[in-house]
Amino acid sequence: MQAYIPQADNIEISAAWKKVQTARMQNRPQSRDYINALCQDFFEVKGDRCLGDDDAIVTGIGRINETVFTIIGQQKGITIEEKKACSFGMANPEGYRKSMRAIRQAEKFNRPILTLIDTPGAFCGIKAEEKGQGTVIAEHLQLIASAKVPVIAVVLGEGGSGGALALALSDKLALLENSYFSVISPEGCASILFKDSSKAQLAAESLCLTPDDLIKFGIADDIIKEKPGYSRENMAYTVYKVKQKIKEYIDELSSYSGEDLVKRRYEKLLNMKGFNN
Amino acid sequence: MKLFDENINTAKDLTEIKKPEFLKCSECGREILKELVHSNLSTCVYCGYLFRVPAKNRIDMIADKETFIEIGAEKTSTDPLNFPDYPDKLEKAKEASGMNEAIITGICKIGGYKAGLAVMDSYFMMGSMGQMVGEKITDLAEECTKQNLPLIIFSASGGARMQEGIISLLQMSRTTAALNRMHDAGLPYLSVLTNPTTGGVTASFAMQGDIIISEPKALIGFAGPRVIQQTVKDKLPEEFQTAEFLLKQGMIDRIVERRELRTVLAQILSLH
Ligand SMILES: [Zn+2]
Repeated sequence: MQAYIPQADNIEISAAWKKVQTARMQNRPQSRDYINALCQDFFEVKGDRCLGDDDAIVTGIGRINETVFTIIGQQKGITIEEKKACSFGMANPEGYRKSMRAIRQAEKFNRPILTLIDTPGAFCGIKAEEKGQGTVIAEHLQLIASAKVPVIAVVLGEGGSGGALALALSDKLALLENSYFSVISPEGCASILFKDSSKAQLAAESLCLTPDDLIKFGIADDIIKEKPGYSRENMAYTVYKVKQKIKEYIDELSSYSGEDLVKRRYEKLLNMKGFNN
Repeated sequence: MKLFDENINTAKDLTEIKKPEFLKCSECGREILKELVHSNLSTCVYCGYLFRVPAKNRIDMIADKETFIEIGAEKTSTDPLNFPDYPDKLEKAKEASGMNEAIITGICKIGGYKAGLAVMDSYFMMGSMGQMVGEKITDLAEECTKQNLPLIIFSASGGARMQEGIISLLQMSRTTAALNRMHDAGLPYLSVLTNPTTGGVTASFAMQGDIIISEPKALIGFAGPRVIQQTVKDKLPEEFQTAEFLLKQGMIDRIVERRELRTVLAQILSLH
């Protein structure tokens, strides 16, 4: 049997590839923009009390619709200086450790957790490996999975691999209309599997990484519409929609005890099976 | 000793005689008969280099004789994304390995102690984790919780299986959930790292063990060494991403020689 490999030039600019490109746009609002727009009294918490601080993950406490949340957001940076400080949104072990510190505090004070996801992936480098990048993501998953408070996750732009997944394990997962969530970047997939990095479009299409795909699989709960022209200067409508969605989620989740939340989270995850084409 | 079986007398039969397969040792460069390698704990007879161990052989090495009862042997990838070229690759992997997936799971005894045992096979699509690898691990962990058993997982994996996209990534969360349930039940989970353990497997169950041990010289990391080499000009440090390096960094508990693994695992089980 001849395997079917669609050629990149058979496909016009694919819808999936467009999502990836839009999710990466320069003027797209980031976690700090959302934090400023969602809450007026945000108090930032810094450092992991062990290795250092990491600007790629912003953590703190803030009130959204009358409820005080622990907020954990991934930040890629706006200016070139900030981008460098944030390692372009690729968090290091200290970032994930800081996030774990925030999760433990959320549990202590019975505060719900809101995560804002926007990363090409966890940082890859010598130092990150030495400090246990794999270990820290594994522990982060364990901790957030067992948190006895509501966990709400919103993907703002890029949901890149394990580095994004660490913050996506939640009770409710919403994605902005032009975001994506993938096991590997389309470029990485194209160069490894199709031996041709120019086939990123084909890879994007094949990886099933769009918000619609995630809804179809039952992995995500909602897609949040973006107003045309959505940007850092023009985000009020989308912020309003996000705020509404958070309220809807928290109203539902508040009715469960901490133990029930964890039980339901495990059951929901363990029931996500039997996928076929 | 007869050189030829008398029953083989036609040309057709002759072509069916299997050509002997050789494995090349990456340490000393010698070519060794595959059967000879795997009958010697998958170790080079000349220099002691540790070849990667097929899952079936690993179970023979670790489980008490005739105690291993397999669970979910029939499970195989459903190609959930309809991914280009994937069915073909799967077929080839199945044919070459005689397995349906990159992991074997079951329940056995080790030194007399009953335990769940999962062994990944890096010869099957680089031991990559897709839906069914995740499902076999969660099913076994759930079974251990039900039967009040400890769990041992031998990791050997290049990471998540790209051809299953977001569904393979999801397995990191699912295995975490199942292992957390074991944790809540107070059951021990021992993680054994073997060459290579990388990517999404390192960033989930491989590093979630109550006790984590490794075979000597195993490559263990989050990002692959080639990816990291691209980010730096200098050569990577000598022991970088080896088990020995991780032990120094405080990431694992102990490095155990292959022939000692069974005894050490039994010892740990006896202490729980
Ligand atoms: Zn050798």
